Amino acid sequence: MTTREATAPRGASAAPPRRRGDRLAAILVWAVATLVAGVLLWIVLDLLRHGLVHLGHAFLLEAPRDAGRAGGIAPVLATTGLILAVTLAVAVPLGLASAILLSEFIRRGSAFAQFVRRSLEVLAGVPSIVFGLFGNALFVHYFGMGYSVAAGGLTLACMVLPLFVRASEEALRAVPDDYRRAAAGLGLTRFAAVRSVLLPVALPGILVALVLSVGRALAEAAALLFTSGYVMRMPESLADSGRTLAIHVYELAMNVPGGEGNAYATAIVLLGLLLLINLGTALIGRHVLVRTGE
Amino acid sequence: MSPARTERAVVWSLRGAALAAAAIVGLIVALLLVESIPAIRNLALRLVTDSGWYPAPAATDGSFRITPMVVGTLLITAGAVVIAAPLGLASALFCRFFAPPGVAAIYRRLVELLAGIPGVIYGFWGLVVLVPLISALRPPGASVLTAIVVLALMILPTVALLSESALRDVPQRHLQAAAALGLSRWGTIAGVALPAARSGIVTAVILATGRAIGETLAVVMVVGNIVQIPSSLLQPARALTGNIALEMGYASGDHRSALFFSGLILLVLVMLLTALAAWLRGDEHDHA
Repeated sequence: MTTREATAPRGASAAPPRRRGDRLAAILVWAVATLVAGVLLWIVLDLLRHGLVHLGHAFLLEAPRDAGRAGGIAPVLATTGLILAVTLAVAVPLGLASAILLSEFIRRGSAFAQFVRRSLEVLAGVPSIVFGLFGNALFVHYFGMGYSVAAGGLTLACMVLPLFVRASEEALRAVPDDYRRAAAGLGLTRFAAVRSVLLPVALPGILVALVLSVGRALAEAAALLFTSGYVMRMPESLADSGRTLAIHVYELAMNVPGGEGNAYATAIVLLGLLLLINLGTALIGRHVLVRTGE
Repeated sequence: MSPARTERAVVWSLRGAALAAAAIVGLIVALLLVESIPAIRNLALRLVTDSGWYPAPAATDGSFRITPMVVGTLLITAGAVVIAAPLGLASALFCRFFAPPGVAAIYRRLVELLAGIPGVIYGFWGLVVLVPLISALRPPGASVLTAIVVLALMILPTVALLSESALRDVPQRHLQAAAALGLSRWGTIAGVALPAARSGIVTAVILATGRAIGETLAVVMVVGNIVQIPSSLLQPARALTGNIALEMGYASGDHRSALFFSGLILLVLVMLLTALAAWLRGDEHDHA
């Protein structure tokens, strides 16, 4: 901060209040930054301090006992994985098709492109509890799926779709036009160019989109309460109800007196998975930079 | 099939997929409307005039005043935004103008981490750490204030990250010109950077407000969930979102419909905010 101040002119009468203003602003923003960093540290350390004692490979592999107070989270992990699988199985093809259309086949400003983009923008803002209501009405009741992994996964697919479309559209647009011209020059149809040139080149970016969507889905709870439900058993099929990690934390903390210990441990597992995902996107991102030589 | 026909078929199926993706939001609105019809027809103004919230499957058996939940949501949201907006903006200014580049990079990473922490974990932290702290101040601890603090933390990264990107879009030459004119650093920020980035910052705050209105479980875990209009910030209350989360599991008939109707209110509020943000951004692009 001292170097910048040196560049400020020395207007004799105005300088002292100016410098005081600069100093005050600097102190304030540093204080805020310290506070924010401190709170993050507080949250993480508190989780680790209380949760690590409960954590071990047995916790990941055992079934919960005593309403989740004891035992592990094996069925919860399985349900989380199944719901993610359903979410991606629906969101990826639908989202990729939309992204390909938006980036390669229609003009950016066309009415249809505008309509799709606006709709997805609004969808991105819909609160998760409203997704829960929607999923409950449509999948659980109208489609007769009941509280199930399938209903939960479909609800989350609708929820992560805008994120996935936007991120993979960006990945496709980031491919230099030289590739498109070269493909056209070789006589490829536009679709052939997409399949054998653009998609492979944009793959790392699309992977980032996928990983971001997984992160969003992992963090979600409110949309699942009334779609996948909160049964704690190991799901045997997509028609079974089951709870994810996030719901497990909520249920243990709110509805199971004495469940805090395992809630802490589950929260660590959830946070750990999200950190891995964060790391994954960073690594893929670096890979993209290396490949395009930027 | 000839290549041209394959190509046409492909484009049409892509169009179909995109249309399906775009239709979801319409489907959500339509479903919420349909499910809200019994509440609109059987309850209507009773949602405001009834004596309290004692829901029952049949409209005639219960009373359905949702006003306390609406007040709860508005109070908590307003409080969270009032705290998170200045702190988030200060965070952005820190990254952009005050921190050395290395520190700024680490700090930005940290804010992104905060943005990625699930609401449930914020809520859990609030429940086991903040509630006892605030309870020491005045029991019961689970209160509007607790919810405001937790929610402010949750939306702070949204304000910080989006404002920072708005500040980054301010052309460097404007800042240099300000410095050349002899403005101090704070003078440059207050006189040039903030006004230039204003619409981006306002958009950031609006989007954060939308997140706060819609947040559910983090609030449920710390707000106490008692249906009342709180007379102080240290009293418990209940939010619209929390009301849905707590009661959907067993609601039926008009009760269920009233919950869908409160979902519709939330959706409309958030859509208005999204539209406002889009309009502000469009405004800016027109000027550019």
